[in-house]
Amino acid sequence: MSSVRTVEVSAIADTVARLCGEADLYLPEDVRQALTQAQADEPSPVGREVLERLLENADIAADEKMPICQDCGLAIIFIDVGQDVHLTGGDLSEAINEGVRRGYAENYLRKSSCHPFSRVNTGDNTPAIIHTRIVPGDKVKLWVVPKGGGAENMSKVYLLTPAVGLAGVKKAIMDTVEAAGPNPCPPVILGVAVGGTFEQAAVAAKRTLLRKLDSVNPDPEAAVLEKELLEEVNKLGIGPAGLGGGTTCLKVFVELIPCHIASLPVAVNMQCHAARHKEAVL
Amino acid sequence: MSELIRLSPPLSEADVISLKAGDKVLVSGTIYTGRDAAHKRIVETLAEGGTPPFPLEGAVIFYVGPSPPPPGRVIGAAGPTTSYRMDAYAPTLMEKGLRAMIGKGKRNDEVKQAMAKYKSVYLAAIGGAGALMARCIKEAEVIAYPELGPEAVRRLVVEDMPLFVVNDVHGGDLYQQGRQAYARR
Repeated sequence: MSSVRTVEVSAIADTVARLCGEADLYLPEDVRQALTQAQADEPSPVGREVLERLLENADIAADEKMPICQDCGLAIIFIDVGQDVHLTGGDLSEAINEGVRRGYAENYLRKSSCHPFSRVNTGDNTPAIIHTRIVPGDKVKLWVVPKGGGAENMSKVYLLTPAVGLAGVKKAIMDTVEAAGPNPCPPVILGVAVGGTFEQAAVAAKRTLLRKLDSVNPDPEAAVLEKELLEEVNKLGIGPAGLGGGTTCLKVFVELIPCHIASLPVAVNMQCHAARHKEAVL
Repeated sequence: MSELIRLSPPLSEADVISLKAGDKVLVSGTIYTGRDAAHKRIVETLAEGGTPPFPLEGAVIFYVGPSPPPPGRVIGAAGPTTSYRMDAYAPTLMEKGLRAMIGKGKRNDEVKQAMAKYKSVYLAAIGGAGALMARCIKEAEVIAYPELGPEAVRRLVVEDMPLFVVNDVHGGDLYQQGRQAYARR
């Protein structure tokens, strides 16, 4: 029989606050490397200039403790709670929101959450968007993903007919990138989920964005699709900042999920080049 | 692509007519900020016969909602927001003399037609380079709608803000031209 480990929710609040700041100020190393490689490969002079500016921007952000982008995002929190963990000291969701509140205030991050009709800002970037899983073990793993509005607005969920098959899925993904053009701040990263249900596909697509850009998909079928889609997307010519070029996309992530015999859902979550996420284990 | 062209607002009709899609420009001087919420209010004010929060004749507007200034800074990160959300309001402002819009992303046909008709240009800043752009901003002051927070209208004094001409008054479109030059499918 395994013992239960106690984790204070105040420790989760502290960690969320810290990760909000780190995520918005420091571009992940894998993204920096992908931009550097893209700059070396990019055929367009303007495209190369844009990529150089983005790398310079990341350096300035880190040196001056300025956000990488003024859109410091809504705070998306993925949390895996070990089933041998006992959370004490308060409400988990409230602790996460408290962490967001503090992290956004203390690091001078923009608060972008508002009422859908009045557009009145909630003032502290809450409520956070929280995706919780119960997993084996006695640890708590947290990911903070600040998600900007520009790329999120270009994302799509399709509920396709199974008859369209792989070709139809590819077309839906290509159409999404083509329609978005310069709007989502290319070079983008595409988080794609094929299968599942309406909501499962959307959340799974977002969760793929937690992967490292240099990671290889353990599902060989998905890995092939990732490679093919990346090549096709980069033939579109949209390029860095949409000004034309060979680097429209840095990476495609694909997850394949069993779905209903009647269904073929496809979710495409667009991520801008400021692909910010930080994680911690408690 | 051309040499750098320097622009200092307020801009004249002649200043913008000479610009071509693909030109690189550096803007120095006074510009104003506004996103959708501020645009809605400005257009409502104009419809009621009121005075807009800044003179529109020759004006340059920057679609930005900056992050809060850290201690000792005039502004936080300040890159462009996606421009199509202002498409519904932009022609009204151009009719009143707005000469340039700074943002990122595509404009609709109505906005492009209004640009040709009223002689106004659309300039793109690099999206997601907010920390870099902040270095060009020397002064920032909220002049209207402070309750909108990041969406309030600010007067900015900028120096050598690097931008690309995307849509000129002659129908040129850098997004289309750039893409056509590099499309391989």
